[in-house]
Amino acid sequence: MIEPFLIRAIIAGVGVAIITGAIGCFVVWRRMAYFGDSLAHSALLGVALGLVLGISTNLGTMIICSVFAILLIWLQQKKFLATDTLLGILAHAALSIGMVTLSLLERSVDLHSYLFGDILAVTNHEIYLIFFGGIFVIIFLFYNWSSFVLTTINEKLAKSEGLNTLLNQLLIMLLMTIVVAVSFRIVGLLLITSMLIIPAATARQVTNSPEAMAVVSSILGICAVMLGIYLSLHLDTPSGPSIVVASVVIFISVLFFTSLRKN
Amino acid sequence: MPSLIEAKGLDVYRQGKEILKDVSISVNKKDFITIIGPNGAGKSILLECLMGTFSPDRGEINKKDNISIGYIPQNFNPDNSMPISVERFLMLRKKIISEELRVISEETNIFSILSKKLSNLSGGELQRVLLARSLLGNPELLILDEPAQNLDIKNQLNFYNLLNQIYLKRDISILMVSHDLHMVMASTKQVICLYHHICCSGEPQAVAKDPEFISLFGNDMAKMMSVYQHTHDHSHNENLND
Repeated sequence: MIEPFLIRAIIAGVGVAIITGAIGCFVVWRRMAYFGDSLAHSALLGVALGLVLGISTNLGTMIICSVFAILLIWLQQKKFLATDTLLGILAHAALSIGMVTLSLLERSVDLHSYLFGDILAVTNHEIYLIFFGGIFVIIFLFYNWSSFVLTTINEKLAKSEGLNTLLNQLLIMLLMTIVVAVSFRIVGLLLITSMLIIPAATARQVTNSPEAMAVVSSILGICAVMLGIYLSLHLDTPSGPSIVVASVVIFISVLFFTSLRKN
Repeated sequence: MPSLIEAKGLDVYRQGKEILKDVSISVNKKDFITIIGPNGAGKSILLECLMGTFSPDRGEINKKDNISIGYIPQNFNPDNSMPISVERFLMLRKKIISEELRVISEETNIFSILSKKLSNLSGGELQRVLLARSLLGNPELLILDEPAQNLDIKNQLNFYNLLNQIYLKRDISILMVSHDLHMVMASTKQVICLYHHICCSGEPQAVAKDPEFISLFGNDMAKMMSVYQHTHDHSHNENLND
């Protein structure tokens, strides 16, 4: 019989894979990998905030990540420093303040599980969050898909057709914050970017349209989660890194076979 | 007859610098206007003001009600990370029927590349695709921001020829920023020389002789334009003799 913790892990993992796969395409298209990484770093401050205020750490993460995204867009508009510099400052400031705050708290925190995730210890409450957050993200993406894609292809063209590109940019970032906030317990803050990028980058090799890339990316993410959980159980390896290893293996295999086919 | 777009006294400041100063321009039906000017003269900003995607600090812009505008942005470089076919790109956010797509594809000679990936197109193909997209929905006005900037000379000529054909065939106005004045001279009805303010404007021949034009672009450009004029006059006379 399958253990309940395993069923929870699979459900949570599939949910996370679906949303990270879809939003991950925008991360790849818009070159937001470093943004995703920075967002995840700042999530640690969110965890600290959640613990200090006695609210859920996911909510704390969502608040901090949203503030982070808005602060970044505001600073970007000022154009006085390059985006990657701004991200570096914001991310490491948030990470360090988060760490300092956590160390000041009069209770022990399992830092390791925040950094590298622990899908096998996922709770029902976290599963609800993943699914409510996930459904919201998917519906939002679905209804704004063409606008987001056109904005991504060329902002000026999108603007000329009456789209509010700044708003679209902000919305994509906010969707990413939701994804990070609900899914960081699965693969961890340090590895969440890989769930955003690797399945999408793998899907890029085998698809011909943006929509197909998003769907295939989600499917590949699910495969990686399943394979990762299997590895983790049988080899007793940490679950987050095992999922990432699985998605890298899939990436390399697809790369190998597509280049084989081309030759 | 009312103008398609009329702008009066546009001022734009950016970071304390005056980008546009008291610029007035009007685009009428069947106009073919080319804006020239050095880099950083405010040409793209002017186009954006006219389209309504950038609001000027001062001035007034009036557009014909429900005007439809087709637009080609400057430096369009599709990223290879997104797999998207030409056809899908054309249809993105556009409600069009396949008949219109077919007609425009033939008009712009992109029918054979509809299934190609956008990021795999050559420079000439890409500009034709952008032209096709700008024509969807049958616009009254095309606004083109250096549409042939990244093309080699052969493709530049092809593109401008195509644009001229479309201009002659359709009931359309064209407002374009271009540095390739010697190539667009034949079709351009009016040249506007912009350097933060409108230095001079008028028919190409008249502009080439304007002292402000010569001081901005130097004698060489003026000479190049008069060389062109010579050949143009020549062929024109020949036609008369026929």
